[in-house]
Amino acid sequence: MARTLSMKDAINEALDLEMERDKTVIMMGEDIVGGAGAGGEEDAWGGVLGVSKGLYAKHPKQMIDTPLSESAYVGAAIGAATCGLRPVAELMFIDFMGVCLDQIFNQAAKFRYMFGGKAETPVVIRAMCGGGFRAAAQHSQMLTPVFTHIPGLKVVCPSNAYDTKGLLTQAIRDNDPVIFLEHKNLYGSETDVPEESYAIPFGEANISREGKDVTIVTYGLMVPRSLEAAETLKKEGIDVEIVDLRTLSPIDMDTVIESVEETGRLVCVDEANPRCSIAADVSAQVAKDAFKSLKAPIGMVTAPHAPVPFTPSLEDIYIPSAEKIADAVRETMGA
Amino acid sequence: MSDKITPILMPKWGLSMSEGTLAAWHVEEGTEISPGDEIMDVETDKIANVVEAADGGLLRRKVGNEGEVYPVRMLLGVMAPSSVTDAEIDTYINDYEMPEVEEDEDTGPNYEFAELGVGKIRYTERSGEGTPVLLIHGFGGDLDNWLFNIDALSETAPAYALDLPGHGQSVKPADSADLDLMVSAVVQLMDHLNIEQAHLVGHSMGGLIAGQTAISNPSRVASVSLICSAGLGVEINDDYIDGFVGAQSRKELKPKLKYLFADQGLVSRSMVDDLLKYKRLDGVQSFLERLKANLFDNGKQAINLIDGLKKIDCPKQIIWGEGDAIIPQSHANAIDGATVTVVSGAGHMVQMEESSQVNELIKEIL
Repeated sequence: MARTLSMKDAINEALDLEMERDKTVIMMGEDIVGGAGAGGEEDAWGGVLGVSKGLYAKHPKQMIDTPLSESAYVGAAIGAATCGLRPVAELMFIDFMGVCLDQIFNQAAKFRYMFGGKAETPVVIRAMCGGGFRAAAQHSQMLTPVFTHIPGLKVVCPSNAYDTKGLLTQAIRDNDPVIFLEHKNLYGSETDVPEESYAIPFGEANISREGKDVTIVTYGLMVPRSLEAAETLKKEGIDVEIVDLRTLSPIDMDTVIESVEETGRLVCVDEANPRCSIAADVSAQVAKDAFKSLKAPIGMVTAPHAPVPFTPSLEDIYIPSAEKIADAVRETMGA
Repeated sequence: MSDKITPILMPKWGLSMSEGTLAAWHVEEGTEISPGDEIMDVETDKIANVVEAADGGLLRRKVGNEGEVYPVRMLLGVMAPSSVTDAEIDTYINDYEMPEVEEDEDTGPNYEFAELGVGKIRYTERSGEGTPVLLIHGFGGDLDNWLFNIDALSETAPAYALDLPGHGQSVKPADSADLDLMVSAVVQLMDHLNIEQAHLVGHSMGGLIAGQTAISNPSRVASVSLICSAGLGVEINDDYIDGFVGAQSRKELKPKLKYLFADQGLVSRSMVDDLLKYKRLDGVQSFLERLKANLFDNGKQAINLIDGLKKIDCPKQIIWGEGDAIIPQSHANAIDGATVTVVSGAGHMVQMEESSQVNELIKEIL
């Protein structure tokens, strides 16, 4: 039965099914229950955008509203993970990771290594990422490269509701720390989503669109933007292939290289700032491993190296648009 | 005049299809078309197939252009006898209105679920007259394997197709995964639907299930049609079975799916994606591993129905794709007294690749 679900509801369903399946799965975060002033458990807020709405009524013993102290509860979640629970900590915005980075990159990411492979840290840290929400420079960043830089972390950034449910399920079942990044401007986007549980393995890119002229490698919100660009370019006779990385660590370079070997052209599209980004990383690896397949210089579409503007008109220019992506493809085609 | 005019419309294959690309015309204006003639190629994001004429007539006008995308039920061509004037055809085309979509969703075919002893089973139903026909898919398949058959067959009999346990959207059993479970699902669904007797049509592993159902419940089965069927010999393509069960990614799965078709271009991206989505569902992987171990381990079929089928009286027919790369076509002649047809230009998925020929063969036995 074809059933469509928004990305927001897909997150809710994955959390619900995993908390039901495994009682060691717990949720921690600010206002994830959010009962203050609510008429009852069912009416509780369920997080700042209502992602976990209704879950407390079903799983009251597995959800903890924490004090407003990210470093404390992210540390607690990591500690609980080392002691046998599978915590999902919600950080609201990726921008708040700064205050708990030591817990994440010096502790969670290192335990398996420091304890000779004997320690497991099955923690998921969920956070909203990305711009376009008129939320200003401290609530709009695309900080994915901060986390892909750190060995020991897995980093996920889905582009649609189907992938979100399967990747979040995998993140919860995974025995390593996972940074799970949800683009807030995709929360309302809908796809068909099976009612049953399923897990999508990490490190497997998805080819969102097959094409023979140019490969676009991207993730997150830039996937629908690239698909939009591809529709425009199709009318001009340019056939675009789109590789949605889905997981940034591990990264599926095999699929990227295979695609570039077929098309001979690459455009990397990344909402993050340009320096040391996923786009820069993919470009470097393709230049190293598939240089002879390239018929043209690699194209790059990223945000500028500047904070995300609060002014709506500037923010719209800041985030890569379908037009900018199409322009970069045309340039790569020599058009 | 319009009662003399017969429209050619964009077909609707399955519930999810909303539009299709008219890839190519196979007929010219001025051609006298007979029912069953191949008139055009249509592609959707899921599948490409030849469209055969449902009605006959003189093709007067091609309305649809090659390479363009049209919604389901859009007017693509007009057939009319030469007595109808060009002006009348122009009027017909100008006045053509697409039937309302909502109306179709209310009355059209849908998926149903039944709570049976084996668990939840999904099925679909097309009404018709007479003894029903029940379509049983193969290993790793689902009821949409009969996309090009079920509507045509319902012209002759009520037609049903199910998702077997462990498949499609039916229950994913945690323990058993064997032929008994599959036969139970078929019999329980027939009980649930108050079907006393049915014609069973089984593809591949579904043929094994149809045959075993007939052997253990002869009074419930009016005939069996076994398509590229398991249970009629020993050999089976281990690289396919193993590869299908083991594949975790598109890269691993796609080359294995090419074994299924004579025309390997039919293995589309969305076909691979849909199968991966199925394989990722909780419980599917271990179910398929157990089913393979019970039925098809190490390139050998564990269960042989030849003796059992020889002992039952109902009409039996065997249909095989000439280019079947999964189960050898030589197995087609295993049963004395069965009607055997080998279909050229088709592989293991013969009911999809040469649907009209297979539909005619099944209708004959109905």
